[in-house]
Amino acid sequence: MTAGLSRRNQPNPNKPFPTHIMVFLAPAVFVYGLFMIYPLFDSLRLGFFAQVTRGVEQFVGFDNYITLMTDDAILQPRLLNALKNSFLFFAVNMLVQNPIALMLAAVLSTKTRGGLLYRVLIFSPAILSLAIAGFVWRLVLSPLWGIVYDMLKALGLGAYAQPWLGLESTALITLALISAWQFLGIPMMLYYATLISIPNDLFEAAYVDGATDWQVFWRIKLPLLMPMIGIISLLTYIGNFNAFDVIFALKGADAGPNYASDTMMTFFYRTFFGSGFQKADPHMGAAVAGTMFVILMAGVLIYFFIRRRVNSYEF
Amino acid sequence: MGWKSDANKQQLRTLTPAIDWRHLTTKILKHWMLIAFALLSTAPVALVIINSFKARRAIFRNPYHLPTAETFDLVGYETVFAKSQFQVYYFNSLFVTLIALALILLFGTMVAFALAEYSFPGNNLLRLFFLLGIIIPIRLGSVSLLRLIDSLDLIGTLWALIVVYIAGGLPFAVFILTQFMAQVPGELKDAARVDGASEYRVFWLILPIIRPATGTVAAISIIPMWNDLWFPLVLAPGEATRTVTLGAQQFMGQFSNDWNALLAALSLSSVPVLIIYFISSKQLLQGLTAGAIKN
Amino acid sequence: MRSKFVRIACVLLAVSVLALPMGSILAQDDGVTLIIESWRVDDADEWNDVILPAFEAHYPNINVDFQPTINTQYSATLGTKIEAGTAGDLIMVEPFDYRLEMYLNGDLANLNDLGGLDNFSAGALSAWSTDDGELFGVPLAAVIHGFMYNADIFAELGLEEPTTAQEFLDLLEAVKQDGQYVPLAMGTADGFVPGLLGLQLAGQPYWRGEEGRLALIDGSGKFTDQGYIDAWAFLAAWADYMPDGYQAVSYPDMQNLFTLGGSAVYPAGSWEISIFNQLVGDDFAIGAFPPPVPEDGADCFINDHMDMGMAMNADSQHPDEAQLFLEWLGSAEFAELWNNALPGFFAMSNHLVEASDPMVQEYAGWRANCGSSPRNAYAIISRGEPNTDSELIRVTQLVMNGEMTPQEAGETVQAGLASWYEPQMGE
Repeated sequence: MTAGLSRRNQPNPNKPFPTHIMVFLAPAVFVYGLFMIYPLFDSLRLGFFAQVTRGVEQFVGFDNYITLMTDDAILQPRLLNALKNSFLFFAVNMLVQNPIALMLAAVLSTKTRGGLLYRVLIFSPAILSLAIAGFVWRLVLSPLWGIVYDMLKALGLGAYAQPWLGLESTALITLALISAWQFLGIPMMLYYATLISIPNDLFEAAYVDGATDWQVFWRIKLPLLMPMIGIISLLTYIGNFNAFDVIFALKGADAGPNYASDTMMTFFYRTFFGSGFQKADPHMGAAVAGTMFVILMAGVLIYFFIRRRVNSYEF
Repeated sequence: MGWKSDANKQQLRTLTPAIDWRHLTTKILKHWMLIAFALLSTAPVALVIINSFKARRAIFRNPYHLPTAETFDLVGYETVFAKSQFQVYYFNSLFVTLIALALILLFGTMVAFALAEYSFPGNNLLRLFFLLGIIIPIRLGSVSLLRLIDSLDLIGTLWALIVVYIAGGLPFAVFILTQFMAQVPGELKDAARVDGASEYRVFWLILPIIRPATGTVAAISIIPMWNDLWFPLVLAPGEATRTVTLGAQQFMGQFSNDWNALLAALSLSSVPVLIIYFISSKQLLQGLTAGAIKN
Repeated sequence: MRSKFVRIACVLLAVSVLALPMGSILAQDDGVTLIIESWRVDDADEWNDVILPAFEAHYPNINVDFQPTINTQYSATLGTKIEAGTAGDLIMVEPFDYRLEMYLNGDLANLNDLGGLDNFSAGALSAWSTDDGELFGVPLAAVIHGFMYNADIFAELGLEEPTTAQEFLDLLEAVKQDGQYVPLAMGTADGFVPGLLGLQLAGQPYWRGEEGRLALIDGSGKFTDQGYIDAWAFLAAWADYMPDGYQAVSYPDMQNLFTLGGSAVYPAGSWEISIFNQLVGDDFAIGAFPPPVPEDGADCFINDHMDMGMAMNADSQHPDEAQLFLEWLGSAEFAELWNNALPGFFAMSNHLVEASDPMVQEYAGWRANCGSSPRNAYAIISRGEPNTDSELIRVTQLVMNGEMTPQEAGETVQAGLASWYEPQMGE
C-alpha cells in the first residue's frame, strides 16, 4: 500500500501530516477560508462591539446580545416573532417539500418513460430568478387577475378565495409554499442521485422473489436513503431558516403586513442594513446573525450526533 | 460486482409472467402524478414566456391567453436588445458561473475525497468548518469581503464574483460529495493501491463513479450563482461586468416597470439555462451507464 | 472522461487568462469619470440620453456615469459600498433625516461653500441640512401627491371632482352602485401604498400640513389628536371601495387596474404623470384633484415633498469635478432639461420653467391654493426607534386592512414616539 492513512488506519501522531491530504485540502481551505470564513468572522466580531463615536469602537462583550433578548419594547418581540416565523417556514418546507421530493425521486428512479424530461421540468423552477417566481405567483394568486380565484369560483368555492399573500394569517405560509414549490427539485435530485447509486444486486433478488416496487422501496431502499434524508433535513433546516429572497421579493424588507412574514433573515437584513428610517446597526445586526448562528449550529450538532449513532446504515 | 442499468431490471421482470393489470394501473398512476407535478412546475414559467410575446394591455387583460395575431407584440424583446447588451450579460454570467462551477467541483471533490477517505486529526472539525459558510448569512460579511476584494484590486471585475462564488459554493458541494465519496466501495481503491497507484491516481479513478453526485451538485450549485443579485450589485455593478440577473433588473423601476421588457428580459435570462440543463442532464444520464465500474 | 475534463480545464484556463486584462481595459477612459449612485432605475434613459450629455458638452474632460441600483436594494448596497470605501462620487440622497446619519458619520461631504446655492430657496435647502444648517445635498426634485381620475368614467356616470371627504366617499359609492368599475384603484399589499398614497396624501388637510408637522416636532401636537384619528377613519372608509382582496393588491396591480380603464379614482404621485401618459395614451382622459378637505370650507393642503437630492461622497477621488457637477444642478439649463425629461418631478431651483404637460400644470397649480408640506415624519421624529415613519406605514396598513381602529393606531404611534422623543414625553 502506498503512503497514506486509509480510513481504516488509526492516525499516528508521530507521523507528519501526509502531503497528499494537504494537497487535496489546500485549495478549498484557502479560497473558502479567505473569501468566506474570514469576512464572516470578521463581521460576527462586530456583535461584541459598539460604536462610541465616529470610527471608534469599544468591546462590550455580550451587551448587544443581552439587549437583543431583553429589550421588550422593540427588539425582543421582533426577535421572537422572527424566530417563530423562521421555524414555521422551515416546518412547512420540511413537511411538504421533503416528502414530495422523496416520493417523486422514488418514482423517477424506477424505469420511467420520459423520466429525464420529468426531472428537468420539475427541477426547472429552481433555476428561475425570484423576479420570475414572484411575478408569477403574484399574478396567479392576485385577487385582480389571479387564475386561482377564477378556478375556485368555477368550482363553487369562491368563498375560499382569499388574498393569501396580503393577510397576516396566511402571508407567511403562502410564501413558504411558494418556496417549497420553487426548490422542490433540489431535494428531489439529491434523493434521485442517491437512489440510482444503490447497487442493483441489493434488490434484484427481491424482485425475483416477486416483491413489488413499493415493497422494495420500503424494505430495501428507504433504509439506504436514511443518510441522505438526514442530510436533506439538515439542508432544509439551514436553507429555510435562512429564507430571505422569496420574502424580500414579494413582501419587501419590512416583511409585512405587520411583520407577519418577518423571518430571522429579514430581521437581520433590516437591523444590519437599515430600512427606511431605521438606521443601519452593524453591531446589533451582527448580534442577530450570531444568534442565528447559534441556533443553526445546534441543528448541525444534533445532526452530527444522530449520524454518529446510526452510522451503521452506511454501506 | 456491477451496477446494472435499469434495463436489466426490466429484463428480469419481463421474464416473470406477472406483468398484470396491477402493474399497468401503477404505471398510469405514476405518469399521472408526474405529469401533474411537471405541469405545476412549468406552467408558471410558460406564463412568463407567453406574456413576454404580448402587448402590455393583453398581459393584464388576459394573462392566461396565448398571444393572438392582435395581441402578439415583440416590443419587449426590441426594448431589451435596444437598451441593454444581453449578449454581454450572457457572456459574463456564463464566464463567472462556469469557471466558478468547475473550480467548486474540482476543489469540492478533492476535499470530499480527503474527508471521506482518510481519518486524520481534525477531520470532523474540518467537516464542521465547511458547514459554517452556509449557516451564517453571507450578507453579514459583505463589508469585510468588499474591503478584501478592493485591496486585491478586483472590484468591478468578474474575478471578484468568481472567487466569492467558489467560496460560497464549496460548503454545499463538500457536504454532499463527502456523503457520496463515503459510499464508494473500498475494494476498488484497495485494488488500485495494491497495483501501486498513488493516492492522486486513486482519486482520479473514483471520480467517474460519483459522477451522478457530481452532476447533481453541479446542477444545484449553479442556481445561487446564476440568480445572485447581491454580489453583482456590490462587487461589479458596472455595465461591462453586468450579469444576466443584474441586467434584467434594469427594467424594474421604483414606480414603473416596463412589463414587456421585464418579461422579455426574464425569459431571456431563464430559457437558455433551462436548455443547458436539459442537454447536460441527458449527458449525465448517459454517464450513469458509461461510468459503471467493470470488475 | 479524463481527457475531456482536462480539455475543459485547459479551455477554461485559457479563457480566464485572456479575460483577465479585459476588466482593466474596459475601466480605462479619457479624463475623469464620475459615478452617480441612485435608486432611480426608472430614469436611466433620461440621465444618459438627455441630462448627462448636456453637462459633458460643457466639460468634455468629465465623463459622468449614472449607475442606478434597483430601489429596494439601494440602502443596503450604498451602505456597504460607503463602509468599504467603494461608493461612487455623487450620491443621490433621500431628504431630511434619511441620510443625515451618513453625513454626520463623515461619509458625505459638506456643501456649504458650493457655488450657485442662491438658486435654491431656504426651504428647499433645509431638507438636506443638519439642524445647525450644514448642507450635505443639493435639491434635485420635488413630487406632489393628489388623486387622478378616469374622466371618461366620470362623464359616463355624471360625477364631479369632490372637494370634501364626504363628497369623495359619495363619489366612490356612486361608482360602486353603478357596478361596472372598481371605485378606487388601490391595494395595501405594499406598505408604502397605505403609508404614502393613503396617509401622507389624504391626511395633510386633517393635520393642516406644516402646522401639524411642526406641532409634532415641538411636542404640542400628538398622534392621538382628533385630526389624526379622523384621517385614519377616513382611510378606513376606503376599504369598501378598493378591489376585493385589496390586501394582496400590489402597487403595480393598482397602476395596471387604473391604466387599463378598470377603475375610477387613483391615489397618485406626480411622478405617475409621465408613466400614465405613456400607458394610457388616448384610451381615456385623465383628470386630477387635490386631497379632499375634512369639511366644507376647510383649507386645502397637499403633500409637496422634497424627494431627491444629490450629495457628494466625502472620499471622492475627484471632488473638484463632482462640485462642478453639483453646481450645474442649480443652473437654469438643468431645470429646463430636467422638467422636460421627467415631467412630474419638479426641479427645485428658482428658475421658472413653463410646463407643457397640462397635468403637470394642474399639479403645480395646487401650490397656489393649498398649503404645501412634506411627509410628516421625515424630519426629526423618525430619528429614534421605533421610528415614526415606519410605524405610520405599519399602522395605516393595519387600519386600512380593518385590523386596527383609528384610535388604536393613534395610541400606538404616539406611545412609540413618546418612548424616546423628549418633547413628546409629556408630564
